[in-house]
Amino acid sequence: MTSQTTTVSSGAEKPVHRGRHNALVQLERFALIIAWLGIIVLFGALAPDSFLSWANFSSIFGSQAVLVILTLGLIVPLTAGDIDMSLAQMLTLSSMLIAVLNVGHGWPIAAAIAVAIAVGVLVGLINAFFTLYFRIHSLIVTLGTGTFLHGVTLWISDARTIGGIDWSLVNAVIITRFLGIPLSFYYALALAVVLFYVFEFTSLGRKALFVGRGREVARLSGIPVTRMRLSCFVTSGVFAAIAGVLYAGTSGSADPNSGTQLMLPAFAAAYLGATAIFPGRFNPFGSTIAVYLLVTGITGLSILGIDTYVQDLFYGGALVVAVALSQLVRGREESLT
Amino acid sequence: MIALVKGAADRVAPNVRIEEVSKDFGPARVLDGVSFELAYGEVHGLLGHNGSGKSTLIKVLTGVHAPNGGRVWIGGTQLPLPLPPGDFNRYGIAVVHQALGLVPSLTVTENLLVRRLVRDANVAINWQAAHREVAGLFAEYGLTFNPRSMVSELSPVERALLAIIRAFHEISQSAPDRGGLLILDEPTPFLPQDDVERLFTLVRRLTERGTSVIFVSHDIDEVIELTDRATVLRNGRVTATLESKSASKADFITAIVGRELHTGRAARPPLASEVAVTIKGLSGPGIPATDVTLQKGEVLGITGLIGSGYDHLPYLVYGARPASDGTLTLGGTEAPLAGMTPARAMQMGVVLVPGDRQGAAIAESLSVAENMALPALGRRIPNFCASGSAVLAIARDLVRRFDVKPPVPDMAIKGLSGGNQQKVVLAKWLQSDPALILLDEPTQGVDVGARQQVYEFIQQAAEAGACVICASSDHEQLETICDRVLVFSHGQIVASLSGEQITKHAITERCLTSVEGTLDQPKDA
Repeated sequence: MTSQTTTVSSGAEKPVHRGRHNALVQLERFALIIAWLGIIVLFGALAPDSFLSWANFSSIFGSQAVLVILTLGLIVPLTAGDIDMSLAQMLTLSSMLIAVLNVGHGWPIAAAIAVAIAVGVLVGLINAFFTLYFRIHSLIVTLGTGTFLHGVTLWISDARTIGGIDWSLVNAVIITRFLGIPLSFYYALALAVVLFYVFEFTSLGRKALFVGRGREVARLSGIPVTRMRLSCFVTSGVFAAIAGVLYAGTSGSADPNSGTQLMLPAFAAAYLGATAIFPGRFNPFGSTIAVYLLVTGITGLSILGIDTYVQDLFYGGALVVAVALSQLVRGREESLT
Repeated sequence: MIALVKGAADRVAPNVRIEEVSKDFGPARVLDGVSFELAYGEVHGLLGHNGSGKSTLIKVLTGVHAPNGGRVWIGGTQLPLPLPPGDFNRYGIAVVHQALGLVPSLTVTENLLVRRLVRDANVAINWQAAHREVAGLFAEYGLTFNPRSMVSELSPVERALLAIIRAFHEISQSAPDRGGLLILDEPTPFLPQDDVERLFTLVRRLTERGTSVIFVSHDIDEVIELTDRATVLRNGRVTATLESKSASKADFITAIVGRELHTGRAARPPLASEVAVTIKGLSGPGIPATDVTLQKGEVLGITGLIGSGYDHLPYLVYGARPASDGTLTLGGTEAPLAGMTPARAMQMGVVLVPGDRQGAAIAESLSVAENMALPALGRRIPNFCASGSAVLAIARDLVRRFDVKPPVPDMAIKGLSGGNQQKVVLAKWLQSDPALILLDEPTQGVDVGARQQVYEFIQQAAEAGACVICASSDHEQLETICDRVLVFSHGQIVASLSGEQITKHAITERCLTSVEGTLDQPKDA
């Protein structure tokens, strides 16, 4: 779609020029993948033995599925023009609920998962209620609910890590492999495909996009704006809860703090992902690629023996660079037209 | 007042002299040798239609536009033209725009002293002293505002008074002895009659120290009441400068409207005498209770002065703004207007083309095709499997039908000209063959060529049987496209013109005389 956009805007120019332009646009769409491959080549050359091993990649793909799902959850409200800052805390709460119910109270794992997801729905509804009914900016609301949720997590866990979650969950998430990659990766991929379909091929996705880009236009076009925004909050809550289930399954335990660190990486990946595949739009595949790009970079650096602070440098830097890049994409679109 | 004018006339030099000011926008000459003078202490009206050049003249005086020629003197000082932006204050000029420029969430004192508070390097603001100073200032004009109250707590007229006092305060700071020029740009249309009196009283007090006032208004009665003299602009030229007390309302109307000939409307096929749309007892903000009926294929224009409420009607009928009462009957279905929503209106076959194109009609960052396809989602485009190519296919056809240039559905809509954006908006809404089309200023920001096409699309839709309600302040446009025109005043229909009666001048005349509300056809026939 975008490729044609630019073809047109340069329509007055000579065909040769146009062709080059088209190539540039294609390059932009796949620049993130190219950058990812570049990083792999770089670290592969620096540390061929440890970095370029299948075990390394399989672990990256498997363990980071959690971050992929969290990022997918984030881009849903972002598309509709809202920000959900409570996602990482929702993820942590979800994994802790599973641990507490399954380990502490002896609930079957399926029931614990069902409760975690129901809480995800509830949190989405609460975020939507304060944002939409009281007309408070979603950033503030979710900043508050997120901290509140973290408090709940610490409370129900006594601020302790709880291990010993039902082995069947761990088995279904990280132990069982398909084509050598843990199943969690395929769960994330499946969600990305679903979201891609909804965004691109259903009127629901188009409507969400209009709600985000022109709320009054959407309203006057008969789109139930409030209901759309509410649905997006609930969807993001559910995605965070699912990410929490995988998080618990990845380690077989739940700790009350580490999950909360995932908010910034998710933002970095969402904005970086918006520079690729469909530049200028939050999109599931761009986000997925962005997550793996960021994680590959961090893994490579830590394999080279660089300290853990590199994570913060990398994610923090990536977020700012990603937002700057997407700003550039927009600016370029404007100057073209 | 009159004594003052005489006193002022005794002085040799006038306070403000505007000489031969001209301004071109591209090939269009919007100000053509405009000259007039203001004596010290004179209140001078400035009248004319939309597009007559009033706003442009004020923008020249405040340094927004660089004139192509002309000179301006204030108190014997010739202004350097173009005036550097923001410098007009230094020459003793202050403007109160209709929007007033107050910050509602700040206090009266903060609003009044904003310039000083921003300009001076304040390390320790003495709020006690500031509040006292402001209270003293109000007392001078017999007003009793609490300087500590928020502007949001003030009534509309109190806000207007505050804005005027602030402007005057700025003049007295920059021209401490006397003189200066206060420009009031339509401060009254949203004020009730009693409040207008209060405002006038204040303005007269201000002129006592020699400050001249330019009072821009559409309302001839107000101009006659408040001003000493008035200058009328038409097509960028001064058509008359009248003595307000001796001139009649008819003199003013002639000067505003001119004596041009009927430009001739396109011949319209006779309407089928079949009532297709009935709006009954419509009430809501700005409209007390209004009935309107339309015949099949009728194009109905609604107009009035600013603040007369006509421009609310399309939004209330569409459910874009909540109506408090009324019903809409269309194609055999009657729907209450109080609970109307855009979705329900669309279902009934009603569409709205809003006046605020950027804010309400298009999503600028999306493509032409996406904007066009929006109402077709879930209808012509299925809810699932709604591929980009289906959207494009529909858009490709529409782009051709509505002659959008360039005819490329997947380019970003912000790359189109205003006229072509409006064609996209029309395509978006007319594709569903609506039964009732509501338009608000359909050619605002649309170039002349595209304007003609917009008229044709409206005409075609009407010929195909749709009813059209077009809210517009462009009387020439109403003359061109309408079968009937209703003139509103204070939310009520005060005149109805049809057939040969519909001329640009007749409409303008009815708008200007409507304030009295003494017209022969008070109800929609």
